[in-house]
Amino acid sequence: MAILKEQLNKLAIPHIVHGPGEVEIKKQLLPKEIDELSRNLNTYGIEILEEQKTVLVQRIKNAIEEMLQEDPSQVLKISSYLSDKLNYSYTYLSNLFSETTYTSIENYIILKKVDRAKELMTKTSLSLTEIAFHLNYSSVAHLSGQFKKTTGLTPTTFQKIVEKRKDNNQNLA
Amino acid sequence: MGYKEILNIALADDDIDDRMLFKEAIEEIGIKTKLSLFNNGQELMDYLNLPNIILPNLIFLDLNMPIKNGMQCLKEIRMNPNLKEISIAIYSTSSSEKDIENTFVNGANIYLNKPNNFSKLQESVERVLHLDWQYHTSNLNKDNFLFRL
Repeated sequence: MAILKEQLNKLAIPHIVHGPGEVEIKKQLLPKEIDELSRNLNTYGIEILEEQKTVLVQRIKNAIEEMLQEDPSQVLKISSYLSDKLNYSYTYLSNLFSETTYTSIENYIILKKVDRAKELMTKTSLSLTEIAFHLNYSSVAHLSGQFKKTTGLTPTTFQKIVEKRKDNNQNLA
Repeated sequence: MGYKEILNIALADDDIDDRMLFKEAIEEIGIKTKLSLFNNGQELMDYLNLPNIILPNLIFLDLNMPIKNGMQCLKEIRMNPNLKEISIAIYSTSSSEKDIENTFVNGANIYLNKPNNFSKLQESVERVLHLDWQYHTSNLNKDNFLFRL
């Protein structure tokens, strides 16, 4: 704390100490100031909390990735899956995620599932029914509906475009 | 997140009103952006081919433009390995299925119909920026970056 105060004073950053581990900075820092502060603090082994948040968001993303790669049908509730895995309450994780990534955990999972569905459609010979089952959709209609709502394209149109793109690239090469 | 990052965006559109509306819309979104405007495709391509410029992360391309249209730009951009990281959003009044499919086949990532009111425009541009951001940060497969808004 003493080090932090010293560094903040050194850079003439106005601040109030609220107690151990909490300092309120009284102005919007310039990127240059954040960089300098972060560099100075790093020499004392102190990291700016912003970066811890980034790390936690990355862990949320990794956990989701893992879930989708392995077996999404085994996961009953995403909220308990994430809070068990990361040891934070889902409310905390969910707020942190939303304030940091321009999207919610729920929408992020949808985007990732659709991305995974795209991957399976283009790189495997699985049918849409099989893909829907694999990604834990209750039906093909549910998968198609979410796909269309997210991408603006139906799975069939998407597949057609990818095929034509492949042909087009081959013709150009 | 991104306090260091400024998103560089380019728009090529021959209609001055559309350019100004777009500028206004993007300025009101809570993402730090730097917008470069071009009056037609040729101006855009001349700029992209300059040495030592900071390339845009994302380009909005109108389709119907004089001198060089959006489709020609799209093809040139996708054929140039230096420009392959740039995301391309087509920004057009055309909602012909053929135009949409053609631009996707030639490497567009997003097809956005020009919305007919300002708040819708803002919402759409914001969605495009967010999507693009997810593609830069979330390990999504860029080959399958295809959205119609």
